[in-house]
Amino acid sequence: MFATFMQQLRPAALMLFWMTLLTGLAYPLAMTGLGAALFPAQAGGSLIVTGGGVAGSALIGQPFASDAYFHGRPSATAPYEYNAGASSGSNLGPSNPALPEAVAGRVAALDGGGPAPMDLVTASASGLDPHVSPEGAARQLGRVARARNMPPETVAALVAAHTEGRLFGFWGEPRVNVLELNLALDAAGKKE
Amino acid sequence: MPKKDTSRPLFDPAIVRQAGMECFRKLTPASQARNPVMFTVYVGSILTTCLAVQAYLGHGEAPFGFVASISAWLWATVLFANFAEAMAEGRGKAQAAALRGLRQDVSARKLLHPRRDSPFQNVMAKTLHRGDLVLVEAGDIIPSDGEIVEGIASVDEAAITGESAPVIREAGGDRSAVTGGTRLLSDWLVVKVAAESGETFLDRMISLVEGAKRRKTPNEIALNILLASLTLVFLVVCATLRPMSAYAVAMSGQGAAVTITALTALFVCLAPTTIGGLLSAIGIAGMDRLIQSGVIATSGRAVEAAGDVDVLLLDKTGTITLGNRQASAFLPVKGVDERELAETAQMASLADETPEGRSIVVLAKERFGIRGHELHDLGATFVPFTAQTRLSGVNLPGRILRKGAPDAIKALAEQSGERIPQELDQAIHEVAKSGGTPLLVAENGRPLGVVWLKDIVKGGIRERFAELRSMGIKTIMVTGDNPLTAAAIAAEAGVDDFLAEATPEAKLARIRQYQAEGKMVAMTGDGTNDAPALAQADVGVAMNSGTQAAKEAGNMVDLDSNPTKLLEVVAIGKQLLMTRGSLTTFSISNDIAKYFAIIPAVFAGIYPQLGVLDVMGLATPKSAILSAVVFNALVIVFLIPLALKGVKYVPLPAAVALRRNLFIYGLGGLLVPFAGIKLIDIIIAALGWA
Amino acid sequence: MNANDLTQYLFYLALLVAASWPLGLYIARVYQDRPCGLDRILGPVERLLYRLCGIDASKEMDWKAYALAVVACNALGILAVYAVQRLQGALPLNPAGLPGVDPYVAFNTAVSFATNTNWQAYGGETTMSHLTQMLALTVQNFVSAATGMAVMAALIRGLARRETSLLGNFWRDLTRSTLYVLLPLSVILAVALVWQGVPQTLAGSATARLVEPTAYEKPVLDGSGNPVLDAAGKPLTEPATQAEQVIAMGPVASQVAIKQLGTNGGGFFNVNSAHPFENPTPLTNLLELLAILLIPAALCHAFGVMVGDRRQGWAVFMAMTILFAGFAFLTIQAEATPNPLLEKAGVASAANMEGKEVRFGAAGSALWAAATTAASNGSVNAMHDSFTPLGGMWPMLLMQLGEVVYGGVGSGLYGMLVFAVVAVFVAGLMVGRTPEYLGKKIEPFETKMAALVILIPPFLSLMGTALAAVAGPPDAVSNPGPHGFSQMLYAFSSMGNNNGSAFAGLTASSPFWTIAGGVAMFVSRYWLIVPVLAMAGSLAGKKRLQAGPGTLPTHGPIFVALLMAVVLVVGALTFVPALALGPVAEHLALFK
Repeated sequence: MFATFMQQLRPAALMLFWMTLLTGLAYPLAMTGLGAALFPAQAGGSLIVTGGGVAGSALIGQPFASDAYFHGRPSATAPYEYNAGASSGSNLGPSNPALPEAVAGRVAALDGGGPAPMDLVTASASGLDPHVSPEGAARQLGRVARARNMPPETVAALVAAHTEGRLFGFWGEPRVNVLELNLALDAAGKKE
Repeated sequence: MPKKDTSRPLFDPAIVRQAGMECFRKLTPASQARNPVMFTVYVGSILTTCLAVQAYLGHGEAPFGFVASISAWLWATVLFANFAEAMAEGRGKAQAAALRGLRQDVSARKLLHPRRDSPFQNVMAKTLHRGDLVLVEAGDIIPSDGEIVEGIASVDEAAITGESAPVIREAGGDRSAVTGGTRLLSDWLVVKVAAESGETFLDRMISLVEGAKRRKTPNEIALNILLASLTLVFLVVCATLRPMSAYAVAMSGQGAAVTITALTALFVCLAPTTIGGLLSAIGIAGMDRLIQSGVIATSGRAVEAAGDVDVLLLDKTGTITLGNRQASAFLPVKGVDERELAETAQMASLADETPEGRSIVVLAKERFGIRGHELHDLGATFVPFTAQTRLSGVNLPGRILRKGAPDAIKALAEQSGERIPQELDQAIHEVAKSGGTPLLVAENGRPLGVVWLKDIVKGGIRERFAELRSMGIKTIMVTGDNPLTAAAIAAEAGVDDFLAEATPEAKLARIRQYQAEGKMVAMTGDGTNDAPALAQADVGVAMNSGTQAAKEAGNMVDLDSNPTKLLEVVAIGKQLLMTRGSLTTFSISNDIAKYFAIIPAVFAGIYPQLGVLDVMGLATPKSAILSAVVFNALVIVFLIPLALKGVKYVPLPAAVALRRNLFIYGLGGLLVPFAGIKLIDIIIAALGWA
Repeated sequence: MNANDLTQYLFYLALLVAASWPLGLYIARVYQDRPCGLDRILGPVERLLYRLCGIDASKEMDWKAYALAVVACNALGILAVYAVQRLQGALPLNPAGLPGVDPYVAFNTAVSFATNTNWQAYGGETTMSHLTQMLALTVQNFVSAATGMAVMAALIRGLARRETSLLGNFWRDLTRSTLYVLLPLSVILAVALVWQGVPQTLAGSATARLVEPTAYEKPVLDGSGNPVLDAAGKPLTEPATQAEQVIAMGPVASQVAIKQLGTNGGGFFNVNSAHPFENPTPLTNLLELLAILLIPAALCHAFGVMVGDRRQGWAVFMAMTILFAGFAFLTIQAEATPNPLLEKAGVASAANMEGKEVRFGAAGSALWAAATTAASNGSVNAMHDSFTPLGGMWPMLLMQLGEVVYGGVGSGLYGMLVFAVVAVFVAGLMVGRTPEYLGKKIEPFETKMAALVILIPPFLSLMGTALAAVAGPPDAVSNPGPHGFSQMLYAFSSMGNNNGSAFAGLTASSPFWTIAGGVAMFVSRYWLIVPVLAMAGSLAGKKRLQAGPGTLPTHGPIFVALLMAVVLVVGALTFVPALALGPVAEHLALFK
């Protein structure tokens, strides 16, 4: 039995070596080449380049705190929110008292009455969620319009323009890209 | 099929009393270790006993009364399982004791030469060896199994077969075997001993019914492995529950870790004790049932194999048709008088002692008043039938008279250069087509005509075959008849196929062919020429009346020599497996309810919200645990009759049978304990036990 | 569950059923050496590989040789992954300049990836260099998946063949699984993912200037990099402002493709497929979700074709699909239920979104959770730790069933076939016939091997959890009450069944967790593979009996129901007490 095992070690080592070259090197490199050729923007991280350089990635959320910007979802990354080098969720269990405590604090910070939209007061899975729900955007619309002295209709139009629907009308959820919306807001009107 | 009513009542008071004592004797570790599932319960009982002592001394993890009652019921579980086994064994032992009475030391007359008038010496039966010759006379008990060398006699085999009518045994042919322990009623026999002392049929039977030689069958071993694994799983489930619950206590800040007593109780309830406790009883009882039906199997494996049979090879004669074919007409060819044919046929049959031969003599006498002649007067020599020539007859001076199967006679005619008249074939065809057997008669090679032998299909046999078919078993009729005749009888009897003009080689070849197709074949046989086929078949049932060769080749012997017994054997084999399977399913389904009883009881102190899982609304946590344990113990007792009798067997296709048994034992096993545990809980609460 | 959730659920099921059938037929061709189309292009590569490795691919192996080849290949694989991780600091393709991996974590990760578990005791983007991701992890994503498929092919041959000791050639099965199944599908999926926005680059990261710099409390570190504590023992912080965003990326798409297709699940990033770069759009969510179950489901049909009776494949497929559909429904239902604590905190009555991404929603996350635990994938697109108690329990139970509801590529089917052996055993007894599966008699040896296969994972899960409760580091658990217990139970259920998903709040990088977990993953993989191969060897040597009306049909609804019942009963009976102390207690407390 041991002899058979030793016999198999040679092909095992060679197989592992060639498989490594094939699947570990040739495959990802070929994909990198193919990606760069076919979809260079996406392969490079869907970066948004403005006059001032890279403003972010269309797929990665950013922290916003001032009233003039739409805020994204709470982020649990450390040490600061939306740390795109160390994605993380809060991992608070459903019965963990820290969860309602944190949520209650965020609810209190929202302006306007009524129950808070769920996504605005709960931390995302990645800590980098680029989206909020249309309800989450609507809840902030008044604040942003006030802060920017813009007619709410203009802001609402921008929100609508940055709202994506469901795939095929049923797959996934409708969502608003916060970074792109905020960049569009900045482009549309000077902030106060 | 008529069933002999020789079975004892299920709970014979004597056996119950015996088993009641035996169940305590089985408490030794050695006898418990044979059954892994029950062994764990045994260990659990000892463990809880120690805990009870500890509690009594005031250092217990739980009140003494509770620990002690759990411990008592665990012991009861072990005892009940022992009792079930002892009951099954007791039934076997009762039968063995009766048999052993036959083995009383008889003396035998050992002959020096194979003749009746040879000098002999009186010896004890147990000193006889294979090959010895003994003389047995009327009133003697036959000293050992053997083959009759000379003589014809009537034998009372009731002691072994339970059949009170005496049977005829004679030298030569297929009724030449005698069994040790049976009694000669008339005449005398010279018997060649065929078994060493201790290996006789009777000895084998005794050891079988006693269960002494009962080896576990492959299926039983496989089931044991499965049950042991399940037991192991539950052992781990319960063992890990203690640290897990201790952690939960630390987390919730209330309650206490599950006690070892409760964990042991939970474990015993979850472990498949119901089937584990009844498993050996089921096996022993299955063997017992087989013996009750008059079949001795050489191994339990053969019984299980019987349940798997796909193809049954059945002898036509005696199984499908009544043993005796009757001559019913003489059909002469052109140019031959019917009377001439009758006379020739009669002459050719004079020495033929088969029922067919005799019926020809009788018919000739009835129709034409021809009287039988004495062969000696005619200077005749008798030519016996052999399976190879398939001819018999007499040689008279200047006349060679033969009768036999059409192809054999035709071959003979061709050899003698005789023309075969066309109307002969027509007559053969006609007889065969109507399901009769054509028998040709020839004189000096010239075919004279056909004797029409009529076959009579047994009543009710058609229904039996339909039953078998619904179970997925194919029946093949084996006959020496020509294909046409065979087809007609096959159609009338409702068999699936037939093997016509069967020679021993053809039978063997057919069995091998089925086996190569991956089928399990069973066959019955009695003659020496059946021996190779019996040996080849997966299940070979030899008739007790048959030759010693046949009995040794097969793996079962039918004491009643009833060829349809195979059907019963199949049923018993299937029933044995079904009982095991159904009780396994029942046992495992029971666990769901037991969880609902015990989980809330042991965890409610830690997480009170788990109390909602107590769907049965049991009185207290302690009474919940105790009720589950009591139910678990009592269910063994309640199922003893089922284990001994076997589950009800109805011939059904596999899928239907599965649905039926899943419904009864799966769903039943799920629901029954809810009611049972609740009921016991009410009683316990009323009695104030816990 | 609303109408839209239901539509998504049904749409996904339909898509899975439709897509797995043709793929199954294709895979059967691959293992039966029949022309499959791709062999015209890749045939020369295949033959070249054999020549380079000095393998006579036409020489078949008996079960022992096959098992030894599996062990040899995997043992070297574990060593290689360990070595690359430890040495990554000195190796190229390390743009972030990451140091060698901690030895405990490296051991755990090596075992984890070789066993197709892909449990992550590390945070992807902060621990592993690009070279490690490619040369160690991606390679094992292929090899471990192909190993599972090869073992499965050997078991199927054992069932299909008669009276032989030969089960095929491991190297050939490994190579063909990789070349003709895993690699082509990965290429297709990777391109689709890049199109949708998954990065595929050798660059380590991009740096963006934040539109709005963010203020935060920065922990104060002492000279050696440890946090400084204040008088109360809390880490000292100082106010700081972050103006840049360093966006980690790399060759993500190629790894994500194979991690889903090979039921690996080890993510490029810490949060796995919840990360917008791994799973940026609903469409990628759909494609990856499909990729998770596609091959394991298709293998059922390949099995049917290879044993010469497609209905047998359908029966196993239906048993898996019905179980999956049931558990997925329950999970979606549980996640659609609002958390009463949040309602009290002033949040609109809606599905819990803590630990979920907006683009997938609660239903898309719950469906993924069911799929990833049904298959032994383990990748997540939401944080299971933050699921409702029952929403977390159903995926946990799916793992505890032994990863046979589709299960891992290859391993799921061979696990399910072992359950089928047990099911026919019980059923065979109940119809009064020596049990047989596909004409092979089930005898004590097969029962023994089946028992081993079925017992090991529950043993590991329960004993690991108990051990952690007693001896694990007390601060590993991040949530109080029964949920903390659930975290440990989930972890060992995941590792003990080679799944890899986690209640991620658990800190699993300590020596206890990395070693105990590593052992659990190792044992549950190889102590299953060896008995499975032994059983295959024993089955191959038997005659194949012809089925008749007396044989229990193993393609009808009754058998499907029985098979599901056996899987459920074994799983439920084993884990009910533990689940009662975890998610059940939590649920009952939460929804009083």
